[in-house]
Amino acid sequence: MAAPEAAQRRRRPHTLSLFVANKPGVLVRVALVFARRNYNIESLVVSPAARGDFSRMTVTCSGDPATLEQIIKQLTKLVDVVHATDHTGDASYETEVALVKIVQPMDRRTETLQIAEHYGAKVVDYGPESLILRAYGGSEKLDAMIELLRPKGLTDLVRSGKILMARGLQET
Amino acid sequence: MSAASSAAPPTPPPAATPTGAEVLIRCLAREGVRRIFGLSGGAAIPIFDALVDSQIELVLVRHEQGATHIADGYARASGRPGVVLVTSGPGATNTVTGLLTAHMDSAPLIVISGQTIRPNLGTDAFQEADVTGITYPVVKHSYLVNDAAEIPRIVREAFHIATTGRPGPVLVDIPKDVSQGPCSANFVDALDLPGYQTPGRAAPEALSAAAALLAKARQPVLYIGHGAVISGAGKAVMALAKQMRAPIVNTLLGKGAADETHPLHLGMLGMHGTAYANRAVTHCDLIMAVGARWDDRITGKLDEFCKDAVKIHVDVDPAEFNKVLRPNLCILGDAKLVCEELLPLVQPCNSEEWLEQCDKWRQKYPLRYPKRGGLRAQHVLDRLDAITGGRSIITADVGQHQMWAAQFCRTREGRRWITSGGAGTMGFGFPAAIGAKFARPEEEVWAVVGDGGFQMTLAELATARVHNVAVKVLLINNNYLGMVRQWQEMFFENRLSGVDLEGNPDFVKLAEAYGVKGLRIRRPADVDRKIEEARSWPGPVLLVAEVVKEDNVFPMIPAGAPIANMIIEPPRTPLEKPSGST
Repeated sequence: MAAPEAAQRRRRPHTLSLFVANKPGVLVRVALVFARRNYNIESLVVSPAARGDFSRMTVTCSGDPATLEQIIKQLTKLVDVVHATDHTGDASYETEVALVKIVQPMDRRTETLQIAEHYGAKVVDYGPESLILRAYGGSEKLDAMIELLRPKGLTDLVRSGKILMARGLQET
Repeated sequence: MSAASSAAPPTPPPAATPTGAEVLIRCLAREGVRRIFGLSGGAAIPIFDALVDSQIELVLVRHEQGATHIADGYARASGRPGVVLVTSGPGATNTVTGLLTAHMDSAPLIVISGQTIRPNLGTDAFQEADVTGITYPVVKHSYLVNDAAEIPRIVREAFHIATTGRPGPVLVDIPKDVSQGPCSANFVDALDLPGYQTPGRAAPEALSAAAALLAKARQPVLYIGHGAVISGAGKAVMALAKQMRAPIVNTLLGKGAADETHPLHLGMLGMHGTAYANRAVTHCDLIMAVGARWDDRITGKLDEFCKDAVKIHVDVDPAEFNKVLRPNLCILGDAKLVCEELLPLVQPCNSEEWLEQCDKWRQKYPLRYPKRGGLRAQHVLDRLDAITGGRSIITADVGQHQMWAAQFCRTREGRRWITSGGAGTMGFGFPAAIGAKFARPEEEVWAVVGDGGFQMTLAELATARVHNVAVKVLLINNNYLGMVRQWQEMFFENRLSGVDLEGNPDFVKLAEAYGVKGLRIRRPADVDRKIEEARSWPGPVLLVAEVVKEDNVFPMIPAGAPIANMIIEPPRTPLEKPSGST
């Protein structure tokens, strides 16, 4: 299914993966590298890595592509960053979770549930005034589902931000 | 003060267990620290207390910014890290300008700041400031010490990070209950920093690629920066220049990496560099940067900078590659090692015509100044260079006097010229000279300052007096913020705004009030005698040169203009406002 127009128009963000020491302040140091260069971070996921004392960060960001090389170098230069890799457009496995709240009377939910079923979204809360859907998958797929749900009474949206992992023996 | 007011009185640790502060001082001694520059305060009292029983000498400054510049001058003159100790809150925030200065110019600085006790963090406690937060953008790395047991590891890491690779400042923020509490940790030698690499030797492929490019050059230029001074690459750079038969130009901070009086040396390039250095850069067919970063003072209008020349960039910091422009070849490695390893790979460049051309430019456009019309800064600096034989260490503050000093005081070797290049910090020059003299007491040390910058940190006259630090301060007094006045004259129809330093004190009397020898030069005929008098005085001296009020620095490339648009003589027609920054 083709993504609706709004999602297509959205600027394609860059996706970076960082392997960092799990220390206080590391998130601020990373964020400042972007902010100083007028880059906007669109999503950022931090989680413990397989090795103790280290964390993974997946950052999606948008801004001048020419600046990206410098951003990656400045991230790599941080003492607490072990490596920073640009995964934009590569074959890494990417996924994201979205929670969507729809406020809709019980008797008008047929189409909403059809959309949910099509996208493999699960109804995780089914109340008299509203329902919550949980969907996961590629960010563009979630964008498409969300656009279809907007006219159905979508009131709240929480997305986890993209996470990714490089395939095979390639480093994430 | 109320340093310990908000918590229960700490119980003194048993005699057998040292405090965090005592362990800190032992770790500093183990790193070879002999002197700390600092200003005390409540949250740092335990650390100052531990210094009482230590061999490390404490030099009490009068303002924390002064401490950072003194430590920076100490570091740049010696190559060893300078250490600063301050208290929390405003004590620590007063180091921010010094951290920026050191960060921009890659100077190894360790700033240790006291912090409020851990339970008070984030409560707006007295003299609390989020110092690690405030300083993130201006440090190479920083620590907020959460546990006294971490002190030995953190000190080891801080010194390693500050002094290796591309050096820089490291801040260590220590809550008072950590420094005051017990600490039984042992010294640490092993480093575990998986995110920190320091390049050394270059890749052999990069070196042979460089040799191939150099072999084709007929009009090469070696463009030498601070990285060459830091790595001690001077001899290797000169050997390379001689082998290639290539002229050398250096940046403001690269002064002295190679001897500026050598026939192959064309002096400083850039905004106020020599006309012949800038002509050479405009016409070269190859430019090799060694530890320099294509700064906007150097390149002018970027699109037109060395447009058709092959560019090679040698640097220890890979983030500098492709940052400003895209060189044909980047070589990651230590400047000295790269130059040494390149030497056997290069041949003379068949550049005799080129060297002749450079000499013609040198003769056609010498650095000049009017000999009449009163006392001129250029004259005083020219004589200072001649009288000292260029053998002193010179620190310069920021402004017109800095550029004239850079032009007329030619530097013969590395670590004899110290100034704030990247940050352009007014107030740096005088305290930096104190630090340089502490580091190398056998050397003659001159601070060349202006009346504007000197007044920002002059309280360190007391520091110089108390420790009898025999620095010679040459104050170029034109009662103006002269560089800005020059811009306003040249580009803003002489609409002077915020540059007249009416109300300057009598600087000779001011020096005397501090117990420092004060001397004054009013006439050109007195210059030599007064410089000699300052040299022969055994202690610190303030030598005030009352120079003509309105004088301009030339040559000048307007900010953002192509180098070819260099103004060599005072212009007769109004100029457009520069498009470049500052």
